[in-house]
Amino acid sequence: MTQLALVIDLNVCVGCHACVTSCKEWNTSGEPGPLVDENPYGKDPTGTFFNRVQTYEIGEFPNTETLHFPKSCLHCEEPPCVPVCPTGASYKREEDGIVLVDYDKCIGCKYCTWACPYGAREIDEKQKVMKKCTLCVDRLYDEALPESERKPSCVLACPTSARLYGDVHDPDSEVSNAIREEGGYQLMPEWGTKPSNHYLPRRKTRMHIHEDELVRADNPLKQEDIRHETSKDVTLDDWF
Amino acid sequence: MHPAFSVIFLTTLIGAGQGLFLALFTSESYSAVGLLPKQSHTFYAIGGFLALLLLIAGLIASVFHLGRPERAWRAASQWRTSWLSREVIALPTVMGLVFLYATIHLFEWNPMFLGYGFGDKITLVLGGTAATAIFILFLCTGMIYAAIRFLKEWSNPLTIINFILFGGASGFMLASAYSSFYAPELVNFFGGWAIILTLSVWVTRSASLIRNARLKPTSTIQTAIGVRHTKIQQKAMGMMGGSFNTREYFHGKTALFLKSIKWIFIVLSFPLPILILWAGMQFDQQPLLISAFVIQYVGLLFERWLFFAQANHPQNIYYQTV
Ligand code: SF4
Ligand code: SF4
Repeated sequence: MTQLALVIDLNVCVGCHACVTSCKEWNTSGEPGPLVDENPYGKDPTGTFFNRVQTYEIGEFPNTETLHFPKSCLHCEEPPCVPVCPTGASYKREEDGIVLVDYDKCIGCKYCTWACPYGAREIDEKQKVMKKCTLCVDRLYDEALPESERKPSCVLACPTSARLYGDVHDPDSEVSNAIREEGGYQLMPEWGTKPSNHYLPRRKTRMHIHEDELVRADNPLKQEDIRHETSKDVTLDDWF
Repeated sequence: MHPAFSVIFLTTLIGAGQGLFLALFTSESYSAVGLLPKQSHTFYAIGGFLALLLLIAGLIASVFHLGRPERAWRAASQWRTSWLSREVIALPTVMGLVFLYATIHLFEWNPMFLGYGFGDKITLVLGGTAATAIFILFLCTGMIYAAIRFLKEWSNPLTIINFILFGGASGFMLASAYSSFYAPELVNFFGGWAIILTLSVWVTRSASLIRNARLKPTSTIQTAIGVRHTKIQQKAMGMMGGSFNTREYFHGKTALFLKSIKWIFIVLSFPLPILILWAGMQFDQQPLLISAFVIQYVGLLFERWLFFAQANHPQNIYYQTV
């Protein structure tokens, strides 16, 4: 079985919102019609987005760290939003595990949004139907696109390659490798929703320097000094 | 959650309608075994239509909740998994049965089946069926909320019990006011039950209030973003002008406001209507009986508002700078 998903590397994300705009651009221009925007240039702009980048501050000044955190539908393996839908508009595809909403069946009752703990669904206030990330299902299989572009548009847009895309059920895929080797984790695992999207944590590369390495105990130039007293004469060491 | 008036009216109106029918049917079955004086067909017919009216009003209110009501028929399709879908089937079923019940009483029909006339029993059989359907409808309505495990304030059997008892209490209140017009000898019967039901729901709703006050959220900001640190602060939500997430899941009121709603609902739903109803029964005052029902109904609107506002959704963790 295939489960397509995203793996988002929080170590690399710089919070530029390129994925947000690229997602909006692609998905507002597609067959299902525009994603609503209200007051786009006014005081309180609001609208429907599939993807949002949030920012968190971890720790207390001066020991703080900034975390940029992109959030979209996680295409859960046990999606709680699907069984509650009274119309069958929300469904999970057998063939690739993408969770979708059929905009022609949805009655806009918003019941599914109560059942998603991540707040991944946003209603379209104009079309009055529920919308959420489709993983750009209309790109993935489009043979008119070059193979390299058959990916979600957020993935293509990310300037730092913080977003990986692939089959998380294939143990040898790039995404599975990343999850396995870089400590990939799921959001709110306590609910048992089994999100398919994973996040790679912030990682720090630290240099470990032992004291020995600082005094250079094994410096051959100092071999003499260790065995004998330091000479009062001018030595090579004085040059440093 | 953000309390939606469509749903507040839907649940309170159909609750009262269901309760009223249960009251009528109880009195009819009591009189069938001679425990209460027999009533005219018109009494049950008009009462039945009154219950139907409340159900229809609730249905109309619910339409305002839907984005695409013209497709509402599709909502009956997922009854295998969705309690909302089950409610969508149960509500019209109840309405149909109540309509049949009231119509048969109105025209005093005695249809013959296989050469066998049921006499008065036909409405008893039909009433029994409708009463069963009404309990199923209560179950569906309650489970819509109780089945969402992310909303811990709702995800509990008390939710269903409260829906049943609140509906029953307001229905019997209404029945006692209604019977003062056509069957004054039933006022005390309905009123007595209304008081018992109101007292019981006072207990169960208080239990759920106490339970809610002690709930601990399952998810924390640490599990939400997967960072292990005690001090995490959200600096940006990803938008500035608000979004569906900041509108649908927040009541947008202060804690003080919530607290005042709580006390208003408690006073208006429990002690006040009981007192007024009791006085109305004691001194035979029709206006008092009617106001007891009206006051309790208004109290239930406040109650339902709080029911929604108190539910805290885990997604709110991602929207802390609202
Ligand atoms: S993230 Fe939310 S909307 Fe997406 S599949 Fe999971 S529960 Fe459903
Ligand atoms: S809003 Fe649409 S997708 Fe969500 S539960 Fe209702 S009908 Fe299903």
